[in-house]
Amino acid sequence: MEKKDYKNVFVFAEQREGVIQPVAFELLGKARDLAEDLGEKVVALLLGYGIKDQAQTLIEFGADEVIVADTPELEHYLSEQYSQVMSQIIIDRKPNIVLYGATTIGRDMAPRLASRLKAGLTADCTKLEVKADDKGEVDLHSTRPAFGGNLMATIVCPNTRPQMSTVRPGVMQKMERQPGRQGVVTEFAPKFDTSKFKVKLIETIKADKQVADISEAKILVSGGRGVRNKEGFDKLQALADTLGGQVASSRAMVDNGVMPHECQVGQTGKTVRPGLYMACGISGAIQHLAGMEESDFIIAINKDKFAPIFSVADLGIVGDLHKIVPMLTERLKKEMAK
Amino acid sequence: MNIIVCIKQVPDTTEIKIDPVKGTLIREGVPSIMNPDDKGGLELALQLKDQYGANVTVISMGPPQADVMLREAYAMGVDRAILLSDRKFAGADTLATSYALSGLCRMLDYDLIIAGRQAIDGDTAQVGPELAEHLGLPQITYVADIKLMDNGHLQVRKENEDSVQVLEVEGKCLLTVLASAVKPRYMSVSGIVEAYDKEVEVWSADKIDVDENLLGLKGSPTKVFQSFPKALKAPGEVHEVSEEEAVELIVNKLKEKHII
Repeated sequence: MEKKDYKNVFVFAEQREGVIQPVAFELLGKARDLAEDLGEKVVALLLGYGIKDQAQTLIEFGADEVIVADTPELEHYLSEQYSQVMSQIIIDRKPNIVLYGATTIGRDMAPRLASRLKAGLTADCTKLEVKADDKGEVDLHSTRPAFGGNLMATIVCPNTRPQMSTVRPGVMQKMERQPGRQGVVTEFAPKFDTSKFKVKLIETIKADKQVADISEAKILVSGGRGVRNKEGFDKLQALADTLGGQVASSRAMVDNGVMPHECQVGQTGKTVRPGLYMACGISGAIQHLAGMEESDFIIAINKDKFAPIFSVADLGIVGDLHKIVPMLTERLKKEMAK
Repeated sequence: MNIIVCIKQVPDTTEIKIDPVKGTLIREGVPSIMNPDDKGGLELALQLKDQYGANVTVISMGPPQADVMLREAYAMGVDRAILLSDRKFAGADTLATSYALSGLCRMLDYDLIIAGRQAIDGDTAQVGPELAEHLGLPQITYVADIKLMDNGHLQVRKENEDSVQVLEVEGKCLLTVLASAVKPRYMSVSGIVEAYDKEVEVWSADKIDVDENLLGLKGSPTKVFQSFPKALKAPGEVHEVSEEEAVELIVNKLKEKHII
């Protein structure tokens, strides 16, 4: 294997029911940075059925080329069908880097491909950069949390290509859409080995919003002892609904039966890393902080200005959540309506 | 039905602390546990055994200390336990690990392989699908429930971010299971007593069907370039202001961060 034969930054443009997922645009944004550093191109891979028309959208978000495989076998994501097409494209086109969203689809398919292609794969990266070593060898440096977020590790694949990584939704920034941006659309006709299709999709049931997992939420409005009761949490729920987020809770409010255990953040609850964590009336015991301090942006509202939660908050407000939260909800509704 | 369950001994990451002076992980006193998703997978395997009758073998790769965890599996009700342990496996990334496990699986008779979705020390979720590919098996990940149908196929419930899918699989396959799907059974008292009389088989690399050049560090495409403790956060801003000003501050920050 000659490393120099492998060129360009590929992005798997995940779609569900014909809708390209936000993580695809975020990855294109990052891929642009990497491609520019490498002097290479960004290529999006769009697999599905009846999705061809959406290739231009990917170009407007940063792809120089879109490879489209549009066929009935790809209507719904199934591991083997998608892996066959992806591996054919990768073997044919020899990308330097391939990026996937760290979703239930990306995390199902990328390791399957890594094993098929004998490629290195780094999961759930929070930072990606290309760097040259002292011999001038340029590799992708993928940084990710390990040991439950206690440690960060930077992973490289010095001897193999392509270099593959998955990235959680919400971590990278998409570029501003450039309407009319020019790019190439290439149609790819896969050759399926249908003898390997052993899994059949019987049905898909849309999840009830109530049971959504807080560890997957992008925005969490979380409440502690200061919220006091169910009525207090109704105020948090209204704020969460306005922001398109979910409500979470500290241990105190689960132990006293106000909130269910599935909502608990912290050492004995869930570890969450949302884009926004709003801690309302949470003092911030170390066990709670352990479960949420990785959040990208933390806003804390607490009456006690010495509350430890302020030590991890990006923005701290000393005040009464029972007044501020409803006012904020009303204000945000007006902002959103603009 | 013969079921293989892949389990891993992991440090309980919720108990890990960082040395505030040296900035390194404090591993002393951190208990080792059976990885939670793997334990969920083991429970589903034992439920299949209870319902339909099955032979359940647990396999693990790791140092000799993993013996304790394999005895825990015996006490929960498995029929056989094999520990793959050899210095040749040292430094294996997920690809080399899954390759070694595939060499072990090929030596065993199985209809179904169950693995946990991911381990709490690495959180990669890669070993399951990589193992399936090495063995040429179909895979279903994020599984919360498994049923055996009259036609011999398995019907599986898969939990995605925004949906639940029902999938059917024909023939041998590999499933990765979510800890949240089931409550693992406790070890039985008689099981605990008997577990210490049972044999945990320890297999070395020369006992399995593999190319030794693809094991351990040599067989690992990924290398750890560096690891470091998460940077301590710079303290943020704290404001003691009127409610109106507080709302203004929050809205401005949300805009600045592109959250709204």
